[in-house]
Parts: sequence; C-alpha cells; structure tokens
Amino acid sequence: MSGDFSLSCPVPPSRYGQVLMAHGGGGTLMARLLGEVFFPAFANPLLEEEHDGAVLTLPDGMRLAFSTDSYVVQPLFFPGGDIGSLAVNGTINDLSMCGARPLCLSAGFIIEEGLPVEILQRVVVSMGEAARIAGVAIATGDTKVVDRGKGDGVFINTAGIGLIEHSLHIAPRSVRPGDALLLSGDLGRHGIAIMAQRQGLEFETTIQSDCAPLCGPVQALLAGGIEVHCMRDLTRGGLASALVEIALKAGVQVEIAEAQLPVQEEVRGACEILGLDPLYVANEGRFAAFVPQTQAEAALEILRGHPHSAGACRIGQVREGRGQVILQSRIGVPRVVDRLSGEQLPRIC
Amino acid sequence: MKFVDEYRDPQAAAQYAEALARLVTRPWTLMEVCGGQTHAIVRFGIDQLLPPDLTLVHGPGCPVCVTPVELIDRAIAIAGQSGVIFCSFGDMLRVPGSRDSLLAAKANGGDVRIVYSPLDAVALARSNPERQVVFFAVGFETTAPANALAVHQAKEEGLTNFSLLVSHVLVPPAIEALLGAPGNQVQGFLAAGHVCTVMGWEEYGPLSEQHRVPIVVTGFEPLDILQGVYMVVRQLEEGRAEVENQYARNVRRAGNPAAVELIRRVFQVVPRQWRGVGEIPHSGLGLRPEYAAFDAQTRFAVADIRAVEDPDCQSGLVLQGRLKPHQCPSFGTRCTPEHPLGATMVSSEGACAAYYRYRPRQEEVQG
Repeated sequence: MSGDFSLSCPVPPSRYGQVLMAHGGGGTLMARLLGEVFFPAFANPLLEEEHDGAVLTLPDGMRLAFSTDSYVVQPLFFPGGDIGSLAVNGTINDLSMCGARPLCLSAGFIIEEGLPVEILQRVVVSMGEAARIAGVAIATGDTKVVDRGKGDGVFINTAGIGLIEHSLHIAPRSVRPGDALLLSGDLGRHGIAIMAQRQGLEFETTIQSDCAPLCGPVQALLAGGIEVHCMRDLTRGGLASALVEIALKAGVQVEIAEAQLPVQEEVRGACEILGLDPLYVANEGRFAAFVPQTQAEAALEILRGHPHSAGACRIGQVREGRGQVILQSRIGVPRVVDRLSGEQLPRIC
Repeated sequence: MKFVDEYRDPQAAAQYAEALARLVTRPWTLMEVCGGQTHAIVRFGIDQLLPPDLTLVHGPGCPVCVTPVELIDRAIAIAGQSGVIFCSFGDMLRVPGSRDSLLAAKANGGDVRIVYSPLDAVALARSNPERQVVFFAVGFETTAPANALAVHQAKEEGLTNFSLLVSHVLVPPAIEALLGAPGNQVQGFLAAGHVCTVMGWEEYGPLSEQHRVPIVVTGFEPLDILQGVYMVVRQLEEGRAEVENQYARNVRRAGNPAAVELIRRVFQVVPRQWRGVGEIPHSGLGLRPEYAAFDAQTRFAVADIRAVEDPDCQSGLVLQGRLKPHQCPSFGTRCTPEHPLGATMVSSEGACAAYYRYRPRQEEVQG
C-alpha cells in the first residue's frame, strides 16, 4: 500500500438531460418523469388518481373506465404469448383493475418498413383471438409505416373503454387498515420468459409467460359480492412497485412475507442465477387485490375457481402506517421494500 | 428450492443468533469482504439477529464499486466509437464515470449490450467480423477464469475483432491493505466464498498469521453468513487467529486448479487503482504480454484518458468499513440510486445501495 488511502469519488451530473432506458423501467426514475414532465402539463383530477385507468362519470351517472398502453416488446413472439396477445390483454387488464367490464379496444400500429407481412398477420390474428377469448371488440384502429431502422418490427398501442357496473370506488385511496392482500397466482414468469428468450438463456424447462386476460377473475369477484377496495396488475416493476405505489397513495403500511410469495421453481432458479428479485419482475396476467379481512376466504375461493387465477393466495395484510411496504424476510426479520430506480440489471457474480 | 431453502431456514437462523449471544463476551468488529454478502446481510436482516456487541462492517468486495472512474470513462469513450459493440455485465451500466454512465453512452447512440458471459461477447465477435467487440472485464478472482477463457478462445480462433477492457482486482492484497492502514478496527474477516472456490484459501494463511486475525471462508446464504460469523467470533473469544472454511460444500483448500492455471496463463499480477481507495500494489490482474493484442486500452488508444476526481463522495470510507452508508451526510439526500455520487450507491453489490433499498428512512413520507 503506497501511503494512506486516498478518499475520492467523482460527482456525476445531478440531473438527467436525456431519457434513459431506466426511465421506462417502472421505478423511481419513471415516477419522477411522470411527476416532473407529464402531470404538470396535463394536470386534471382524473389523472391525479394515478390508477391504471381513468374513471369517467357520464351525465346520466353511468361510469366508464378508460385506459391506454403501448407495447414494444422484443422478441415479438415468446413462450406463452406474443406482442399481439400482450397488447390486447394488457389494456383489458388495466380496465379490469378499475373494476370495469371491458367493452372495446382501439389498436394503433407503428410498423417498420420491411416487416414480413406473415409476421404482421400472425400478430394481428393473435390479437383477434385474444379479444374473442376476453369477449371484447377491437372497434377502431390505425396503421402507420415508418422507415426501416426507425422502429423495431412493430409497435402497438391499444386503448380501451369498460363499463363500471357497481358502486364501489376501486382505487388506492380505498385501501383500509385491516384489509387482506390477495395475489392471483405465481410471480415473475413473464419477465423471466422474455429475458430468457432475449438473452438466449436456456433452462431445463421453457418458462411460459403468464400473459392472460384478468377480466374473468375480476368480474367473478364483483359478481360474488366481494367489496374490492383496490386492485393492481403487476406489470413493470412487479409486485413490489405496485404495492409501494398503493401504500404511498393510501397512507397505510402493507405487510407481506417473503416465504409466502408463490414463485415457480424454474423462475426462482433463474432469478437466483441472474441476481434478480422476483418481487420486481414483470407479470402480464397477475394482480394483487385488497379486500376486507372478512371476505378474504370467499374472495380466494372465487379466484381459485377461475383458470387465470387458480393459484390465488393470501400474501399479506394492511395496517395503520405512513405509506410503507414491510417484508418479513425468509429468516423472519422485517425490512422495507422500496421501488427500484429503473430496470433490474443482472449482476456480475 | 434445493441448496437454497435449507440455508434460509428461520428456526436455524434463530438458533445461531442465540448461540452467538451466548458466545460473545465483549465487543468485536468483523468485516465481510464481499458485496454479495453485504447484500444478503441487509436483504435478510442478518445483522439484526446479532448481539449488540457484535459489529459487522462492509468491505471493499464489490467489483463494480472499486472499478476506477478512469476505466469507466475509457469504457464510455470506447463505447461511443462507431463500429464498436461494447459488452458488459448488467450492473456496470449505471455506474457513474466522471460525467456519464454507460447507460448514457447507450442513450447517446453507443451500441452497449448486456451479456451474461464473456463467451457471449466472443460469439458476438465471431458473428460480427466487421465490428470491434469489446468486453468490460471487471471482477475479482471469481470472474477471472471465464474472462481468461474468452481471450484464450479468441486467440485460438484468430479473432482480431475481440478485446478486453480489463479491471480485475484481487482480494488478499485488499485485506492486507486494510489491515496495514492506520486506525484499522477490523478484528476478523469473512472471506468471500466464491473467490475461494476459484483460488482456494491457502493464500490467506500468511495474512491471518502475520496480522493475528481470524479469517473464515464464508458462503452467501443467511445460515452461511451466521455460521461464518460464529466461527470468527469463536476464534476471537478463544484467542485464536486461523483460516477456517465455512463454505466447505464449495471451497477446497487448493481451489479449482484448472481455473487458476487458466488465469495464470492469460493474466499477470499488476498494481491496480481501487475507486475511492487508491492504488494497492499487486492487487490487480492485467493481460500478459502474449495476449497484449487483446487489450482494448491500447487498441482504442484510451489509456491517456484521466478522470477528474471530486472529494465530495465518502464511498472510500464506506469501502474500507470506516463509515456505515447511512452515516454519510449525503446518503439518501444528495446521493440516491437515481443521482449517485459514487458507485457504492448504484451497484447491486454496493453497500450504500443495499442500505438505501432495504433500510427505512425517516423522510420516507411522500404524497
């Protein structure tokens, strides 16, 4: 060692002048981008609910849910789904999380010059199939073609409207201390399936995406008289990010136990190898629901009777608090769960 | 999951905690060298099971954190050149250089790709003969064999478009430097199990003997770490200073001789700058002269890039175990994972990132 330690570290710029991939990762950076760029410009009470979709009240008192999402997934086809089924199910799920029965969708396509028509056809047929399964019409659409190199095969935007046929106010602010937290099935399959495809990782069995429409389970809960307080599908940022957002918005403490989170063996293995936490991995057919304690068992029974939520289980509860998520670690010690700043990146060793 | 769940058993963890509480008769300070262990400790809350007299400080064993800022700047300079595919492990991308990170280099148009193995980068070189493929070879002894194999393979195949930007570091010289530094308070070490899987643990014998300090080769699961802590404390309480192996299910005394041989064939020991710490002699690996053609620093003429250091970040103290992350005045205020002052706040193995992610903060009341 030459002399004493020198203590120095460079200081990078404190603000990002450009958009990074991490701004799209569903973490703190994205939350800031929304808060600093979008919300001030668009400010209105509908947007401020920060829910998966907006809930509009028509002059006759009827309530509609309205939501939109864009899909840029690579590869276009992956085990368990493709960009088409994802684009349909994704928006159906956003509407479902508002407690709405999805009615119809719009579909906008940005197609890169040179995309084989056969590929486009497969995507579109898959969208039609997904819409039929969910009982939703794709009622309007648009196509644009951009120069080769200006897109990535095809990008799809879908927007949808759904009918709210109950008087519940399903939103983060309705979550109450004492609520039970339910999860509709195992975590992390979509994110790991995509990552495995994208990076050419091979596991003993192919991990299938959980991509599925959630309107069935949600409608079943509502029809069964469950007083749902809040629901959230667990896409970008996974379960952790969804729970942190809800806990903050509701001003409560959400408690979960690591050992009770259902994660398929293959997915756990892949996460251990890559240094990822399934808590943050994206899902496309899973949701968390906050329901009154007294209805938890009844809600689970309803969910388990539906193929897209057959693995439903109770993972935690809500207590008085100040907007925190607390996880009981596997060895029984509590710790705070926070959002990530951007995407999860695989570690070195 | 087999080989994982057994080592995360809450009852066994509680038993270890009780045994430790009975064993400890006075205050001791231990250091876990490896960032992977630091994260396990904070993620599972292992330190909260320890008796109050026992202090765990976090060591310099995060390869991302100690990669010199100059090397990051050089990586960014290479990644920005046209015709280059720059490959890296994922968690290097967010680490700040003097101005930017590799993520920003990507946003600026650089072809920066995450790979899971240096051999993937060799495959990229093979399939893109018109492009220059550079792999950012960072890490401790753990990643050195695979990186050595990549260069060796590229040489065998006569690939002229593959090179390594090398920033390899070695653990024993870092422990030596910590023990020799004035004001050292560390009384026992958990050595990094994965490093010893490759290198074995014979080189720790002289260190332990010379500095009278117990060193226990330790794994990464909660029960591994609790057992490693127990073994170090037992030595301290009994007045012993030896090298012991907690991680016997993976680590043999002589390590993995084939991997060691591969490292020696491709790399040689060199002095190395440690970010936030300074230069430590004999603490790094560089390419041997026979493989000099694969050195990206000479191929892209970036060796002259020098980084401007700023004294504001205290990650050097954190890396030496002299400051806990939350004791830094910038922690969670001026320095966050989104706007890091130092690498310890961004790396998945960095101590500051572990504290930020897993520990409650007073100001955590928003919206």
